[in-house]
Amino acid sequence: MYDVVVIGGGVTGCMIARELSRYDIRVILLEKEEDVACGTSKANSAVIHAGFDAKPGTWKAKMNVRGNALFPGICAELDVPYKNNGSLVVAVDEGEIKVLDKLMNQGKENGVPGLKIIGHDELMKMEPNLNPAAKAALYASTAGIVCPYEFTVALAENAAQNDVEFRFNSPVMEIMVQNDGFIIKTPHGAVKARFVINAAGLFSDEISKMAGAEEYTITPRKGEYLIFDKNFGHLVKRVIFPTPSEKSKGILVCPTVDGNVFIGPNSNDIKDKTDVGVTREGIEEIIEGGKKLVPHLPLSGVITSFAGLRAVSNTNDFIIEASRKVKGFVNVGGIQSPGLTSAPAIAETVIEILKEEGMDLIEKPGFVPTRPRKYRFREMDNAMRQKLIEENPAFGHVICRCETVTEAEIVDAIKRPLGAKSLDGVKRRTRAGMGRCQGGFCSSRVLSILARELKLDPRQITKCGPGSEILKGGYKEFIAEGDENKFLNAQDVESLSWKGGEASVM
Amino acid sequence: MLCKDLVIIGGGPAGLAAALEAAEQGVKDVMIVERDSGLGGILQQCIHNGFGLHVFKEELTGPEYAQKFIDKLENTGVEVLLDTMVIEITPDKRIFAVNSRIGVLEIQSKAVILAMGCRERTRGALNIPGFRPAGIFTAGTAQRYVNIEGYMPGKEIVILGSGDIGLIMARRFTLEGAKVKCVLEIMPYSNGLTRNVVQCLEDYGIPLRLSHTVIDIHGKKRVEGVTVAKVDENLKPILSTAEFIPCDTLLLSVGLIPENELTKMTGADFDASTQGPMVNQRMETSCEGIFACGNVLHVHDLVDFVTMEARLAARGAAQYLKEKDGSCRGTKVIAGEGLRYVLPHAVCVEKMLDEKLNFFMRSTRPMNKAKLVIESENGIVKTKMLSYLKPSEMINIELKKSEIEKAEGHLKFILQEEGVLQ
Ligand SMILES: Cc1cc2nc3c(=O)[nH]c(=O)nc-3n(C[C@H](O)[C@H](O)[C@H](O)COP(=O)(O)OP(=O)(O)OC[C@H]3O[C@@H](n4cnc5c(N)ncnc54)[C@H](O)[C@@H]3O)c2cc1C
Ligand SMILES: Cc1cc2nc3c(=O)[nH]c(=O)nc-3n(C[C@H](O)[C@H](O)[C@H](O)COP(=O)(O)OP(=O)(O)OC[C@H]3O[C@@H](n4cnc5c(N)ncnc54)[C@H](O)[C@@H]3O)c2cc1C
Repeated sequence: MYDVVVIGGGVTGCMIARELSRYDIRVILLEKEEDVACGTSKANSAVIHAGFDAKPGTWKAKMNVRGNALFPGICAELDVPYKNNGSLVVAVDEGEIKVLDKLMNQGKENGVPGLKIIGHDELMKMEPNLNPAAKAALYASTAGIVCPYEFTVALAENAAQNDVEFRFNSPVMEIMVQNDGFIIKTPHGAVKARFVINAAGLFSDEISKMAGAEEYTITPRKGEYLIFDKNFGHLVKRVIFPTPSEKSKGILVCPTVDGNVFIGPNSNDIKDKTDVGVTREGIEEIIEGGKKLVPHLPLSGVITSFAGLRAVSNTNDFIIEASRKVKGFVNVGGIQSPGLTSAPAIAETVIEILKEEGMDLIEKPGFVPTRPRKYRFREMDNAMRQKLIEENPAFGHVICRCETVTEAEIVDAIKRPLGAKSLDGVKRRTRAGMGRCQGGFCSSRVLSILARELKLDPRQITKCGPGSEILKGGYKEFIAEGDENKFLNAQDVESLSWKGGEASVM
Repeated sequence: MLCKDLVIIGGGPAGLAAALEAAEQGVKDVMIVERDSGLGGILQQCIHNGFGLHVFKEELTGPEYAQKFIDKLENTGVEVLLDTMVIEITPDKRIFAVNSRIGVLEIQSKAVILAMGCRERTRGALNIPGFRPAGIFTAGTAQRYVNIEGYMPGKEIVILGSGDIGLIMARRFTLEGAKVKCVLEIMPYSNGLTRNVVQCLEDYGIPLRLSHTVIDIHGKKRVEGVTVAKVDENLKPILSTAEFIPCDTLLLSVGLIPENELTKMTGADFDASTQGPMVNQRMETSCEGIFACGNVLHVHDLVDFVTMEARLAARGAAQYLKEKDGSCRGTKVIAGEGLRYVLPHAVCVEKMLDEKLNFFMRSTRPMNKAKLVIESENGIVKTKMLSYLKPSEMINIELKKSEIEKAEGHLKFILQEEGVLQ
């Protein structure tokens, strides 16, 4: 019998699991995918918002401001890169300037420090590539950027170190309510627990329904992105927002903590909660939006696109509460933006709720707040590199040329607590395959390392869990018996190739 | 810190030919730094035949072609550092590299030849909508899986782009028992050599669909199919022609990009159209004593030209190492109408290595027949009739030193089309 089962391994579930791991209780986290951070927590704007957008008094406002204050400390503790680069909401006409004033007042009411309005000249000095039509901006000094999947992985690793169990490829299919707790069924067996925390993101409405708790609905709202090559990392220094609309914060131009710049997201309600496909119209929409802020976008430098889905609840606010219908069931649903920023505050709140619900939470003496050291070869000086290679020669073997990731880092990513099992798992932990060639060079090499370390056949290695195997077969495997001679003299045929060039003039 | 006369970054065909030539020219202390565990570069995975027609007058496979150079290297005293990746280079030719045996190496070189090759364009660069499942590969990556690792990355394949590597892979996959459903090309003409279209597609009944592209990728875990559509004259998809093709793999053969991350660190000037550095007649970049050749300079379709270019760069480096005055500026070369680029970008006549110089260029579009005109401020230098031109097939023309000498101001290359390709 577990004390708590957390459903969902996004940033919300992992942050809660990590905070619960401080206490002397048995906790398990169930995740339907093969790894943590496979849902919305891997595809968002990665901004640690200051907290002026949300209406005063809402969960969003409270959690955002508190979360923003807690973020740098947690990142430092878990060795996750965090950059406090500030944000700008840009106004291009008088109407928008009025909105800036409103936002500033709202921010002050929410308790956001460090807000000020900046005029055209100062703005252009701060961000020279900005649209010169920009008249003014709301500057928020407390905003920052983080890598959302690295953050989520770090939380999960740390929770695992402190004895939280994780079960992957385990979608919750049924929840049975009993006198002394719950039985939660997955394809890999059932789990018994006294408390259930529903942090299933887009599916939290379905999980709540399964348990017979309060009903609400989650609508997926798609946001699409384009990412630029690091060569254009200097395009903007701060998070640049347009003046927001009712529905979203608008299409931003924003640096990432790893040195790229992206544009996006747009904001479109869709039906399918698994539809993270990028659309042609979407790409056009974000390019147009991005150009309003930075007219000269280096569009030839796009390295990839992706989309994420906001889990928008029918209350349009976060739902963070113990069920009044089902004792012991806690909903943490509708965690749309600013859910990443809010995660630390949401976890704090959940702990308070559990206490109110009668859970005994006694801090355990052995809690380790830090995770095993993480080495990032590309960020080190040469003296440090030399030292590491002497200790472990695999640091001298660069596998991902674009992001300068070494074999030692990839092996570490596989062997760490909750280690990577797939190409995407390695990618999220090391950035191997995230650079300008998008894995063209390193993916076959990473695949070999995964097979070696996990003692699997290369054909079993996946991109992101079962069903996404990279290789379809072995050498000659597809040549049907009796067909060996179908292409008689294949050698001769091969030899005919690539004779071209005659057309050119010598 | 090590001190060298000449460091060559990259041990593909460009680096190999440069090293041999430098040794032949009497340059001492030559070192090749190669990140792979073997020499030969991309040729290691090109197991098909047809390399070396110009240089060796015989047909070799990629590995055989490379081996000819590797064998000769043995008695030259050229030092080869394998499994060693260059991570930084400064304008004053200090090189930082890493490997597992030594750690971080610092090398001060008197001259440098950049021969890092190229990388393939990816899906991101094309902005293809849809999901991001397993089963999307660049053609070169697939080639590596099949020819080096011995695995089949797909069974039912659609190829986007008719670049040569894609064409070669279409046949390779077919011979391995996979089904290549079609090759899609957004342009109204193929991007590969005509012979490859005939021998890799037509001979196997693989349809080449010109003016077509992929407009959506389906499948959440693994590719399940692609939606393809015809494009109009502006290359915009015509949605009414959309068609679903089931497949488990999408292969991209949509172009190569010179790998110039290190070159950028030197501050050398770039050509926006080749995406490589600008060079003069001895393949020297605007950063004195730093030379470039092969695919890092501009994408080649034939390895033979890579070899020739590399030899020139090595002789240039040898000349540079001997001379007192290193500066080498000269007549500007301009790519005019009808041409995407012309190499080299400048000629300094006094320092020409031979009595003649080869210029390499690519046309902007296919032309059945065209007149190449080379002019300077004081008139026409040379004209030549050319036929069957395609952007994918490089044009090469020779000018005599005396012709270049006479040219004043600049050398402008223009391609005037005479008749249109049907
Ligand atoms: C376009 C976009 C931009 C955003 N930008 C920002 C931003 O800049 N700043 C910010 O603070 N926030 C931002 N957000 C919001 C933020 O990304 C989310 O609030 C946050 O990631 C939500 O985390 P989560 O853990 O609740 O959900 P998720 O990350 O979706 O995690 C839920 C997990 O539950 C799992 N799950 C689902 N069903 C089951 C089941 N039946 N059994 C087991 N597991 C299950 C899923 O697989 C998933 O891993 C943005 C969101 C989007 C979409
Ligand atoms: C996939 C592919 C298939 C081809 N097929 C044919 C064909 O069939 N016939 C034909 O005639 N031509 C073919 N070509 C074209 C021709 O082979 C190339 O033009 C030629 O190989 C280019 O030679 P190179 O030395 O410039 O580059 P490469 O062969 O790419 O060699 C570059 C070398 O530099 C090394 N390197 C790069 N960066 C670093 C660094 N930082 N530190 C250390 N080392 C580094 C690389 O590991 C590599 O070994 C093909 C090209 C490609 C890309």
